[in-house]
Amino acid sequence: MATIALGLPATISLTRDHVRRGRRVKNQVATIGVVSVFTLALLPLVSVLWTVLTRGLARFDGEFFTNSMRGVLGEGGGAIHAITGTALITGATVIMSVPIGLLTAIYLVEYGKGPFARAVTFLVDVMTGIPSIVAGLFAYAVFSMILGPGVRSGVAGAIALTLLMTPVVIRSCEEMLRLVPQDLREASYALGVSKHRTIRKIVLPTAMSGIVSGVMIGIARVVGETAPLLLVAGFTDSMNTNLFSDRMSTLPVFIYSQWANKGVNAAAYDNRAWTAALVLIAFVLSLNLLSRLVARVFSPKVSR
Amino acid sequence: MTATALKTHSLSAYYGDFLAVADVSMTIDQRSITALIGPSGCGKSTFLRTLNRMHEVIPHARVTGEITLAGENLYDPGVDPVLVRQRIGMVFQRPNPFPTMSIRDNVLAGVKLQRSRLPRSEADDVVEQSLRSANLWIEVRDRLGKPGAGLSGGQQQRLCIARAIAVQPDILLMDEPCSALDPISTLAIEELMLELKSTYTVVIVTHNMQQAARVSDKTGFFNLAAVREPGRLVEYADTTTMFSKPKKKETADYIAGRFG
Ligand SMILES: Nc1ncnc2c1ncn2[C@@H]1O[C@H](COP(=O)(O)OP(=O)(O)O)[C@@H](O)[C@H]1O
Ligand SMILES: [Mg+2]
Repeated sequence: MATIALGLPATISLTRDHVRRGRRVKNQVATIGVVSVFTLALLPLVSVLWTVLTRGLARFDGEFFTNSMRGVLGEGGGAIHAITGTALITGATVIMSVPIGLLTAIYLVEYGKGPFARAVTFLVDVMTGIPSIVAGLFAYAVFSMILGPGVRSGVAGAIALTLLMTPVVIRSCEEMLRLVPQDLREASYALGVSKHRTIRKIVLPTAMSGIVSGVMIGIARVVGETAPLLLVAGFTDSMNTNLFSDRMSTLPVFIYSQWANKGVNAAAYDNRAWTAALVLIAFVLSLNLLSRLVARVFSPKVSR
Repeated sequence: MTATALKTHSLSAYYGDFLAVADVSMTIDQRSITALIGPSGCGKSTFLRTLNRMHEVIPHARVTGEITLAGENLYDPGVDPVLVRQRIGMVFQRPNPFPTMSIRDNVLAGVKLQRSRLPRSEADDVVEQSLRSANLWIEVRDRLGKPGAGLSGGQQQRLCIARAIAVQPDILLMDEPCSALDPISTLAIEELMLELKSTYTVVIVTHNMQQAARVSDKTGFFNLAAVREPGRLVEYADTTTMFSKPKKKETADYIAGRFG
């Protein structure tokens, strides 16, 4: 009865060739299209990596990682002062922006309601779009006001980078906290656990892997910043490990200055710039790998 | 005769301006199973969540009326909802063990997060006791360190029950605890409920009338006049009376499966 009502044909052919051929052609066209666009997009990336690798390897030596540029004219010299500077300034940036960013995200997700939270969200959106040079000018202005004009220091650079990194951290932490199912919060409340303990002991650990990779993305965002650091941390040939006084070189600024102020032996300056670029890329790449590893360690343990 | 565990007086629950449950007055007996039945959307879950002040966790949700537990109104301004929930635990429809924690830590979660320190031997006792009470001990005793999320659905739900009773509440609320489970796990949980009632007062929401008939001592039937109308407690009686000779035609129709 029912079969007749549905009007099914007595036999259903499973091999309707014309339909299959049409579908196959479409599938092939689409595959070719997708693959060629993908290749096109990948080409510049591969080219950059290749160029940096081949040209950067020339000076990828012990001297590069042990010497500064103090008193070096022409060949030799190294970027240890810039590597140290990048490490110090980035470290200071992380120390400032992660607590601010994480706490703001917690406020927005767990407590924030009404106009104040909306205003904070709006400001974060605006901050995300700040051009980095403006962040640099802001830090410059603040430090000029306090310490007099023209003062340069690592910490001023860290302030500028914090301005750039904090909104990234807020955004990604917010996203990760929102991904924590409401179920888990309710399960915790239903056990008679207070809200702040629920956040600390249930929500944060559950979101931890995402938060860590969010922070890594934030670091990758700021570690290559040049303009604000050129402005407020300045440039020097010598090692400086004091964030609070004197100029401090960083890798991006080092690359720029090697390229911009070539001495007599231009090739030596170029080579140093490429090697510094290689170090920077390697740093960002290893940060990415590290964040994957950390994400795996922290991620919620399911089955097995 | 039987002591009263919980008593509601004209309790109403709102979501913003929407009145979801209106004017419920009922008495829940100690050490018994009370089942709440009714068609979907009639406010069973909402009502259940008012009993341990979980309703107000939802933004703009509020409650009017009173609930007395041992003579004290749970909705008095001075009452801390966190302490209320320590005495009235809850098991949810979907099993929700904490994904970052092992089976052992899941059981201990409530105890550890309420107080800070717990000596190891005492913790071991709590884990074993709670898992035994939840009929899960034998299945998991040699993999306590494994993630709770790795268990089957029915085991996860029993883990959630173990977690809830580890904090030693007086009352256990269960919102359709079997609706996400297969028949065998459902049977296991029903048996467990019957065991639990010697120690705890159990209130269970179910859309399964056979389940209500099988396990409960008293049954409350909720219904709503129309969509967007509030749910009300239509009839509340001993389960046997309720299912053999209900007073209201509405109840009889629902039990006979004519709607809902
Ligand atoms: N978080 C919420 N916000 C707004 N309305 C809700 C919410 N949860 C439930 N409701 C409404 O309250 C009424 C009762 O829902 P619920 O208590 O879940 O019913 P039941 O558990 O009996 O199926 C329904 O009309 C539902 O749409
Ligand atoms: Mg429900």
